[in-house]
Amino acid sequence: MQYGGKIVIGLVIFVGLLLLPTVYDLGAGSAGYKQPKLQMPAPPNDKNCVEDTEWMRKNHMQLLNDWRDWVVRDGKTVYVNSHGEEFEISLQNTCMKCHNDKEQFCDKCHETAEVTPYCWDCHLAPKGAK
Amino acid sequence: MNKSRRNFLKLAGGAAAGLCFGSAGVALASEGAHRGPYVEESPKAFTAKRWAMVVDTRKLKTAEDIQPLVDACHSVHNVPDIPTKQDIKWIWSDTYEHGFPTTENNHLSEDVEHRAFALLCNHCENPPCVRVCPTQATFQRPDGIVMMDFHRCIGCRYCMAGCPFGARSFNFQDPRPFIKKENPEFPTRMRGVVEKCTFCSERLDNGQMPACVEASKGAVLFGDLTDKDSEVRKALRENFTIRRKPSLGTEPGVYYII
Ligand code: HEC
Ligand code: HEC
Ligand code: HEC
Repeated sequence: MQYGGKIVIGLVIFVGLLLLPTVYDLGAGSAGYKQPKLQMPAPPNDKNCVEDTEWMRKNHMQLLNDWRDWVVRDGKTVYVNSHGEEFEISLQNTCMKCHNDKEQFCDKCHETAEVTPYCWDCHLAPKGAK
Repeated sequence: MNKSRRNFLKLAGGAAAGLCFGSAGVALASEGAHRGPYVEESPKAFTAKRWAMVVDTRKLKTAEDIQPLVDACHSVHNVPDIPTKQDIKWIWSDTYEHGFPTTENNHLSEDVEHRAFALLCNHCENPPCVRVCPTQATFQRPDGIVMMDFHRCIGCRYCMAGCPFGARSFNFQDPRPFIKKENPEFPTRMRGVVEKCTFCSERLDNGQMPACVEASKGAVLFGDLTDKDSEVRKALRENFTIRRKPSLGTEPGVYYII
């Protein structure tokens, strides 16, 4: 144990650095996350979303993924939701007709969560709010 | 001992049967109450076993005649107008010599020699582009349409090499600055993807005829090739038609009345 002290100090620093992101995340990251204030659809678009709000918050990315395959690959254009209501399957012509302020809705949430969907390289956002 | 074992077996059997029928009953009941989510075709959708197009080149004779079709198609699909060789086209006009090089003949009739032809993706029955696409971004629908899934295109351009008809264009740059008036109902494309005519699959699925067919005032017919009473079959029966490069065996779905 010639270098015992140095080794122990080194180990403590190493483990500390290793755990830093986790500790930081526990403190400021997930626990400190607050959903930003979103611009909710104004009347007459304030009817229910295509699925329940809670479910949409968690699953809208998966739903959009399915939507595009259903339309583009299967030619199916009508979505019947879990309450039996029908929607035309379209990002621009359905989602964004109600959520017509992309900046204050989709973007606001995504910026906070640091996700940048590449959809808007091709899909056109509603006019007015770019 | 013996007797109790028998009882046990009977009981166990009964319980197992009960479980089977019971759970089946529950499953059926929940099936009945379950209304969604599910997806379906629009009741308005136009359907066919094999979509095909017949272009009457006696009515569409010049580039000016064809231009309204090009404008209609390119404006609904947000196709850019780029003034260089990197232009994108879904439908365009060209000469007999360029469109039908394998059926060129000496001393062609002057009329045909100078006629303009509306060219577009042929939606081949044996599409080489589909065979070479490594991501299945281009694929054949059951109704014969050779479809592009722009989401999957990685821009490798094998399909452009595979297509014998030059029907595909590559986005060398962001197309948006070159789109005069955006149609907010349809997406654009982005740099690095290939694009082409989709026979207006999105319009057919919503009960509308292709944009160029609507703009042609009857000079372009569209219908089901397998239905012998369809408009296209009637036109093929009554007129002499040709297709592009038939010897390649791709079986184009676009016919030209000469
Ligand atoms: C008929 C109008 C309408 C359509 C169409 C619609 N939404 Fe909504 N959406 C709403 C409303 C209204 C709310 C808020 C409901 C509430 O306040 O509880 C909402 C909520 C949401 C939420 C949750 C927001 C939160 O508070 O966390 C997400 C995410 C969302 N929508 C995404 C989408 C997507 C993606 C689509 C297309 C697939 C879509 N919406 C289509 C009206 C619509
Ligand atoms: C409640 C906050 C919230 C709202 C509102 C919201 N999103 Fe999201 N979205 C997220 C989060 C968080 C993710 C990342 C999820 C993950 O990575 O697992 C995400 C991911 C996505 C993705 C997948 C991105 C990728 O790269 O995989 C798409 C597409 C998407 N959102 C579309 C939309 C659209 C369109 C709207 C507006 C109609 C919208 N979202 C509104 C929170 C939100
Ligand atoms: C390379 C360009 C491109 C990108 C990037 C892109 N899309 Fe698309 N998308 C299209 C085109 C073009 C269509 C229309 C295809 C058709 O109907 O013929 C389409 C259709 C769709 C459809 C079905 C039809 C409709 O009207 O909405 C959905 C849903 C969709 N895209 C979702 C997405 C989502 C979600 C993203 C991002 C994660 C995305 N797309 C990214 C080009 C793109």
